Amino acid sequence: MSDHSTTQSHGLVHRDDEGSKLGMWLFIFTEILLFGALFLVYSVYRFKNQDAFHAAALNLDTVIGTINTVILIVSSATIAMSISALQQKNKKLAITLMVITLVLAFSFLVNKYFEWGAKFHHGLYPGAEHLISLGSGQNQFFFLYFFMTGLHAFHVIVGMGFIIFVMRQVMRDELTYNNYTRLENAGLYWHLVDLIWIYLFPLFYLIH
Amino acid sequence: MSHDTHEEVHITPYKTYYIILGLLLVLTAITVGVTLIHLGTFSVAVALFVATIKGSLVLLYFMHLKFDNKLFLALVAIVFAVYTAVIAITFIDYLSR
Repeated sequence: MSDHSTTQSHGLVHRDDEGSKLGMWLFIFTEILLFGALFLVYSVYRFKNQDAFHAAALNLDTVIGTINTVILIVSSATIAMSISALQQKNKKLAITLMVITLVLAFSFLVNKYFEWGAKFHHGLYPGAEHLISLGSGQNQFFFLYFFMTGLHAFHVIVGMGFIIFVMRQVMRDELTYNNYTRLENAGLYWHLVDLIWIYLFPLFYLIH
Repeated sequence: MSHDTHEEVHITPYKTYYIILGLLLVLTAITVGVTLIHLGTFSVAVALFVATIKGSLVLLYFMHLKFDNKLFLALVAIVFAVYTAVIAITFIDYLSR
């Protein structure tokens, strides 16, 4: 087993908290490069179709975008605070903060549902005749909008699953004040979701 | 059960998170506000600059890079440096066509 294990819960069970966190970070790097590639495509398309991107972005709802930004930032803070709560042996507060995070995550998805619904209603989805009539630049914008916010929304759903998974383990005392790395890793994943949105928001909603 | 850890366990106080949360909300208000006053070409630069400050706060405080093993901070820095280089090389290509 590892020489670097920071804590040992039993004589036989070895735990490598640092190693497990490193594994989570390596996974996060693959996510950053996945979205990074999409941001690269976005920047080249935008560079080549600046006017079309400005015109297309006017169709996005800045208010919903801002509300969802605030939701993700607050949920990022609540999941971070739940780690501090568990470290201080306050299991109840830790679980409450995780529940708040999940409620916020769900409301993000509800907003997304209505936002996407409005776009479909206005014929602004890939393949719609109205969108095709607007030219290739606006089509590229909306293709990237749906693909990137869709992939991000998928990450929100996965993140919620991860948080539910660790929340159950906290409830069963499988994760405790001196064994909380899995909660930290779920938190890291959730912050990644927030981090990606921090760039998606200005690049799609705020080009006016 | 042994409690000896090689390093002190860092418990981030709630106050730190409140401050960072407040800063992130203020920065969000700034980005949205900047959009309302039209800065033209500068608006992209301002938006990306503010987003990068927000992202750094999330990475350093929420993701604990400031308090954890500095190896993680170094790795994240390398990943972002490589990504910045890829963007730069791509645009050197497009701008010189």
